[in-house]
Amino acid sequence: MDKKLRFVIVGHIDHGKSTLIGRLLYDTNSLPEEAMEEIKKAGEMLGRKVEFAHIMDHLSEEREKGITIDTAQTFFKNKGKEYVIIDAPGHKEFLKNMITGASQAEAAILMLDVNEGIMEQTKRHAYILNLLGIKQVVVAMNKMDLVNYSEEKFKKVRDELTKFLESINVKPTYFIPISAFNGENIVKKSENMKFYGGPTILEALDSFHKKKDREDSKLIFPVQDVYEIDGKRIIVGKVECGKISKGDSLVALPSKHDITVNTIEKFLENSDSASAGESIGITASGDDGIKRGSVISGKVNPPRIKREFSANVFWMSPKKVMKGEKLIMQIATREVNCEIEKISRRINSSTLEIIGSDADRLEETEVGEVVIKTESPVAIESFNDVEELGRFVLIKNQDISGGGIITSK
Amino acid sequence: MDHLSELESRSIYIIREAYAQFRNIAMLWSIGKDSTTMLWLVRKAFYGKLPFPVIHIDTGCKIEDIYRFRDEYAKKWNLNLIVGRNEEALKKGIGPKDKLECCTELKTNALKQIIAKHDFRALLLGIRRDEHGIRAKERYFSPRNSDFKWNYQDQPPELWDQYKSKQDDEQHIRVHPLLHWTELDIWEYIKREKIPITPLYFSKNGKRYRSIGCAPCCNPVDSNAKNVDEVIDELKKTKTAERSGRAQDKEQAYMMQKLRSLGYMILF
Repeated sequence: MDKKLRFVIVGHIDHGKSTLIGRLLYDTNSLPEEAMEEIKKAGEMLGRKVEFAHIMDHLSEEREKGITIDTAQTFFKNKGKEYVIIDAPGHKEFLKNMITGASQAEAAILMLDVNEGIMEQTKRHAYILNLLGIKQVVVAMNKMDLVNYSEEKFKKVRDELTKFLESINVKPTYFIPISAFNGENIVKKSENMKFYGGPTILEALDSFHKKKDREDSKLIFPVQDVYEIDGKRIIVGKVECGKISKGDSLVALPSKHDITVNTIEKFLENSDSASAGESIGITASGDDGIKRGSVISGKVNPPRIKREFSANVFWMSPKKVMKGEKLIMQIATREVNCEIEKISRRINSSTLEIIGSDADRLEETEVGEVVIKTESPVAIESFNDVEELGRFVLIKNQDISGGGIITSK
Repeated sequence: MDHLSELESRSIYIIREAYAQFRNIAMLWSIGKDSTTMLWLVRKAFYGKLPFPVIHIDTGCKIEDIYRFRDEYAKKWNLNLIVGRNEEALKKGIGPKDKLECCTELKTNALKQIIAKHDFRALLLGIRRDEHGIRAKERYFSPRNSDFKWNYQDQPPELWDQYKSKQDDEQHIRVHPLLHWTELDIWEYIKREKIPITPLYFSKNGKRYRSIGCAPCCNPVDSNAKNVDEVIDELKKTKTAERSGRAQDKEQAYMMQKLRSLGYMILF
């Protein structure tokens, strides 16, 4: 069986994210009978009509207020293909939940209410998609039924949005006029929008690609742990990219130990190699310095070892972060003390307004172009080259509070 | 890499991550298909030598084959099995007459006693997002306070493969290595790996259990699926929800969420 495409639905509050999900599930016949019944009942209890919109809103507070608070994931099938929908809340207050959802996605649908036009979270979410490196984007121009399916309106709003998206380097593959409420151009083509000859939402998703296992790229094997089992020292982890084989002569970073792979260890399986995506173990000679957080790679063009690098950081916590404050960084399996040494630009993630240059802090939902300084050397890559070693989280007071993308070339 | 291998690899990663972060952990085993699959993955992650105990919360009224299966495989797989029973509540005669009280005393409090006794920092649970809408909102690493409360309105962010790993002494973390699996995935993996499973899941006299737990609160569903292949065929066609045989889910629309925020978490 093929792997499932994971896509996130983002956009401003009330632009129709939840309704679109309801439609996708309903029109592909993916809803259990009981789910519909349960939703009806909850609606009756609350004394109002509950529509498709509330299929994913399962927390009682969500149904009572008619909003989505947290991200959720659901599954559906169509014509033998399988998909994972990641729902993301549209309120600014729940941005960390939106980012949690989006960081798991390979593609995105950006919802826009053509009637209301571009709003605060439309911009913020688009900007976050770009930061997270999600390139497969379709824009769903929703509520076409409320503007009499006007081609003129569609084009006008599309052009405005295109202009904004270009400024943040987001290039959607499609702009699709839809009515989530009526189920038009989602699974079925609309009879009311003959001016549009492009794909439906589902067809657009089908044109997107699963993230490929990167077997052909260079080896990145971050060490998760070292086990002593039956007298063997087994170094375990997930091969993030490339391939690892018995007999390979490799290097462990940042200590720069040379090692040779003696065996590939999979439970009850004989194997001489493993490739991207596999959680495995190895035994190796020369492995003394290896511990959790080490990165094993090939000797040609290995990741760089740095104590200072530039990054874009998005802050998700209501507790602000100050320049120079002690933080913990987690990058792949490595954990290291660090600080934000410099905040070159402090940016409002919706308006893109620069709040300050050489700033002293970042507050919730803001993005910073920063320099990070770590207590000891770390193996890194730029996000554009090797995502898995080019992204990190920042921990403040025990909580994941910020996310970062390494921009250092 | 195929779909099932991808799911497997991700789960093993999460299991190893939980052990690396917390060391003093345990897994909950209800003997059902999900937690037995999780146990299989844990065995893979640690090459058959589990470095932590396996907890079975025993309410005293489990369907009978559950006990047989538990004891057979605990021995075969050399498990460090901890059986959690709230003896005091059982002595008082607490039972399924009042379902919420019964779950609270015999499951939640039994588990609280075990956690306190062993000071576990994290627990592995075999819940899945597709079981129920509330579970669709779960994180892989989900903190609980000392009262087992789940603060579902303010969950920690979870980016890429980075999870909540720091905690204060009051908290323990629930880890959900199977969160991304569907019911069908589980059965297809059981088939591929030939994972032993209690025969309660297979049809006898036109009925089978789709979800197992305590005898008074679990009803078998109509089915002629007599083996793993037939279960897979059936699931590909069904439009009935997995937990339809469960008494406690049905009583009111938000029961599940209530049970969860009270600390009831386990798929029994």
